Amino acid sequence: MEVLNKIPDFRDTVPIDTVGVLERVSRLNKRSIKKESKMDALKMALSMCDLTTLEGMDTPGKVRQLCYKAQHPHESIPDIPSVAAVCVYPNLVRTAKESLKGSNINVAAVATYFPSGNGTLESRIEEVKYAVNEGADEIDMVISRGAFLRGEYNFTFDEVAATKEACGDVHLKVILETGELETLENVRKASDISMYAGADFIKTSTGKVSPAATQPVTLVMLEAIRDFYYKTGIKIGMKPAGGIRDSKTAIQYLVLVKETLGIDWLNPDLFRFGASSLANDLLMQIVKQQTGVYQSADYFSKD
Amino acid sequence: MSKRLDVLKTYKIYINGQFVRSESGHYLTLTNKSGEQLANICRSTRKDFRQAMVAARGAQGGWSGKTAYNRGQILYRMAEILEGRRAQFIHELSLEGASAKKAEAEVDAAIDRLVYFAGWCDKYQQIFSSVNPVQSAHFNFSTPEPTGVVSIIAEEKSSLIGLVSMIAPVIAGGNTCVVLAGQRNAMSACSFTEVIHSSDVPSGVINVLTGLKSELISHMSSHMDINAIFYTDSDTDSKKLIQENASLNIKRVVFEETDDWMDERHENPYIILDFQEIKTTWHPVSV
Repeated sequence: MEVLNKIPDFRDTVPIDTVGVLERVSRLNKRSIKKESKMDALKMALSMCDLTTLEGMDTPGKVRQLCYKAQHPHESIPDIPSVAAVCVYPNLVRTAKESLKGSNINVAAVATYFPSGNGTLESRIEEVKYAVNEGADEIDMVISRGAFLRGEYNFTFDEVAATKEACGDVHLKVILETGELETLENVRKASDISMYAGADFIKTSTGKVSPAATQPVTLVMLEAIRDFYYKTGIKIGMKPAGGIRDSKTAIQYLVLVKETLGIDWLNPDLFRFGASSLANDLLMQIVKQQTGVYQSADYFSKD
Repeated sequence: MSKRLDVLKTYKIYINGQFVRSESGHYLTLTNKSGEQLANICRSTRKDFRQAMVAARGAQGGWSGKTAYNRGQILYRMAEILEGRRAQFIHELSLEGASAKKAEAEVDAAIDRLVYFAGWCDKYQQIFSSVNPVQSAHFNFSTPEPTGVVSIIAEEKSSLIGLVSMIAPVIAGGNTCVVLAGQRNAMSACSFTEVIHSSDVPSGVINVLTGLKSELISHMSSHMDINAIFYTDSDTDSKKLIQENASLNIKRVVFEETDDWMDERHENPYIILDFQEIKTTWHPVSV
């Protein structure tokens, strides 16, 4: 397709109306979710979680524990989905892969000098190849925000394209780190560049910068995905990450997705939550729905 | 000819150090004995309780981690602030139906009770700790530790003094609490939150809701994150419900009935002990 693999023409992009975006988000947040739909929404959100551990102090033991949790989120509840993926640093991919053998949970690796992205392009590509070799099913790359903010859009385009090439068949998620992009206009531009350069997913944040995922930013990215789909027929996935801690917020995100992209995107292949504490809150809400009793974190495993 | 309209206060509930309205947007009207309207109070829901619970849990570590001496200072500060607002409380209690003399006595007793428990903050540990004789080469000792988050359901007939007598021993022992004020005395209870607010008590340590006991009692006793329940009414049905709900995750249940909160028996350190867990440590020693 000829529009692909070249930098998008920003003259075609509708300018972002910040007030309008905020207004739409707040209106969608007021949707009331009825009890019957709530249970389905909670389970759906759980199946879309990427359980994440990205600390300097991560150990193989902790990753194994996380992988166990990914497969058996809460053993006392029957018919509960497992999460979508486990997200770790490249050096722990092998451990995660072994622990998840036999399940259909993916292993995602953050690469390209996560979280800053400040490294030479060669060394960043090297890291991606290493992670792919170790068995990662998905690569989460970061863009160089410095270059992007300087207006070097070609640089951003090239780094995403080069990373995609290194990934081969492995899914590529591009982290825009929207907390550092300053304006919604920039978020839209970065989303477009990433998608045209070959991203399979676009992702808001590393989780290391505040603010992380916010709903206005997510809405802008979802609209970029929608416009890209209209133009090319290709469905790109979306992953808000960081700062989503409770079920209520998660369900609000699902509403945003449904209203912007439609039902097709409401599945783990096209929508993910990057969060470490969300899964437990979802579990607590599921048990609350089943028993009618508010739950305590004391009775849920801490990853 | 222009007669001024009274400005009746709508009292807010107190969650996580903030004065908020109930998420339900529902209110109850308080009237005096002759049916005149006194004020509006919030009709809290289970969701308000859930919010308060999150706040109380969040505040628990910080509050129990403060030095006992500091907790004593903060309780004493509450007494000081209450003393400074004596007149307001006497006025409110008389609106709620107490005679001037009774109201005055009650406010004084409430202040004294806060001072009493402030004093115990750094002393009950010594009284209730023990060094235990054991057969092996261990130094074995037991000390009280706070139970955690306590649901306090204030009874209808108690007023300011009842409320203070229930809250003070709970927080003196390093617990945090969610309180449902009795409906009849909601006015003074809400004003008391203003005292809490201006006396160094960290946000979330004391949360006060107003509303209907019948709507909230089940959630206040079943929530899995509650560690203890303090209840002083005498109705058997409620007590049964509380005990059943408490059995879900073995909460501590404290029932205490009284006709007179002014009575001296409500000033004793064993009430603090009711909301403590005893932790025993075995420390190896060389012989």
